[in-house]
Amino acid sequence: MNTNGNRNSQTAPVIEINDLTVRYGDTPALNGISFDVYKNEILGIIGPAQSGKTTLLKVINRTLEFTAGTTVEGSVKLDGVDVNTVGDVYGLRRRIGMVLPLPVGLPLSIYDNVAFAPRTAGVRAKSELDEIVERCLQQAALWDEVKDRLNTLGTKLSGGQQQRLTIARALSHQPEILCLDEFSIAVDPITTMRIEDVLKELRAEMTILLVTNLIQQAKRLANRTAFMLNGDLVEIDTTDVIFSDSPGSQATYDYVNGNFG
Amino acid sequence: MFTETPISRQKQRTENIVRILLLVVTSLMILPLLLIIGYLLYKALPVLSLEFLFTNPKDNMRAGGLWAPFLGTIYLVVVSLLVSAPIGVLAAVYLNEYARENWFTRITNLAVVNLAGVPSIVHALFGVGAFVLFAGLGESILAASLTLAIMTLPVIIASTTEALKAVPMSFREACWNLGATRWQTIRRIVLPNSISGILTGVILQVSRAAGETAPIMFTGAVFYKSIAEGDLFAYNITEQCMALSLHLFTISTQVPDVTEGIPYGTAIVLVATVLLVNAASIALRVYLRTRKKW
Repeated sequence: MNTNGNRNSQTAPVIEINDLTVRYGDTPALNGISFDVYKNEILGIIGPAQSGKTTLLKVINRTLEFTAGTTVEGSVKLDGVDVNTVGDVYGLRRRIGMVLPLPVGLPLSIYDNVAFAPRTAGVRAKSELDEIVERCLQQAALWDEVKDRLNTLGTKLSGGQQQRLTIARALSHQPEILCLDEFSIAVDPITTMRIEDVLKELRAEMTILLVTNLIQQAKRLANRTAFMLNGDLVEIDTTDVIFSDSPGSQATYDYVNGNFG
Repeated sequence: MFTETPISRQKQRTENIVRILLLVVTSLMILPLLLIIGYLLYKALPVLSLEFLFTNPKDNMRAGGLWAPFLGTIYLVVVSLLVSAPIGVLAAVYLNEYARENWFTRITNLAVVNLAGVPSIVHALFGVGAFVLFAGLGESILAASLTLAIMTLPVIIASTTEALKAVPMSFREACWNLGATRWQTIRRIVLPNSISGILTGVILQVSRAAGETAPIMFTGAVFYKSIAEGDLFAYNITEQCMALSLHLFTISTQVPDVTEGIPYGTAIVLVATVLLVNAASIALRVYLRTRKKW
């Protein structure tokens, strides 16, 4: 399915990660990793627990700042600008949609869940909000199920619906980059497939970072795949190469083929 | 496989003994409350009436009603809450939502815990020094209320912190990921979903403030004062007032030949005021819980 293995040379990177090191206190979480992410690709990030995948996402949208005692060295650039030097960190976060492992319906109505980010950014016009809510719920494949009850609580939806609501919310601020952190962990297989279809369509509009524990999910969706282990980037290559019989590293082969350790 | 064995019989016996023991101990706990209220009611019955509540004490407090001390207690409680509730809630919001783990927050938390453990008579002496003398408020409702406020502050901070902690961290993270500031997150998500806990914590402090005698007896509560009966605005907060708790103390120990029912009636009114406030807080909690959103 991958056709874009060599786009590296064609487009300027959207995200440039350079020698990124993160420590929680004295515990290292990321050990000087570097790679680029290109426009309109789905980059799969796989690796066992404690490999630093979630930390990586938190550095990109600077929510790591809410965790006390972390130190970050190296740089993460978004369109050439270091995220640590941007003046408007809230604007930065709005350029990045973030979907966390467990679905979080905010204790607001379905409508208000999706309208939350636009409102905090200052959108007040009802017509504009209506339009955003409908578009995002459509994109997240949730609109048909909830269009008649937009005023019910988002927390009352099922887990799979809440995760699609979370995705709709992440799309509500029109991000250029969508980060998904193991989004299917609390979602049934059918819903997972529906969301995967959604992601395939969204690829045309944005760049997607897909952290996943389902190795096959990376194989199905990602253009390129990065394999991380204990805070190191073992290898990043086209998904075809990572899942081939001869990836660049034996550890990758072992992990992908389930004979790890 | 599922037949009784000596060991299983033994276990069942122990289980029954423990359960009964715990039940008895729990019942013993309720007994004093019932006895207190029952005994007070029985003794107070001859004097209890609406008139008792709405007339001033008469005859050197050997007769008459409770209006002046009752209204005084209400003044003290309301003014002290007006001071301590906003300060306590805002401080708790800062400590829980903004403050990072450092020496300042550690010292503040330590101060809160220790302030909660200071005996009320010490608060009273502090109130005399700080509000009556240094701030020049004199012995007044204001000085007494401020003393009560200092005393209730740490408990309000503690209960508010509990309520804030009950809001899942994942809600905050979701908001931050959407580009919301801390304050936007607090205003739109955290406060609306912790307000029930915050309010009940605050209201429960009323009972503590209403029952305290020591902090007010040197700072603003007075032995006797006659005020307009039935007038809710009879007190001026720069002047002294009577209070139920101090009134009960004086008529029980300082005044000879008081009509027998009056101290009991005073006690009943004091207890009823506290219980009514507690009941209101429980009702509020139940009402808000039915609207819980997750």
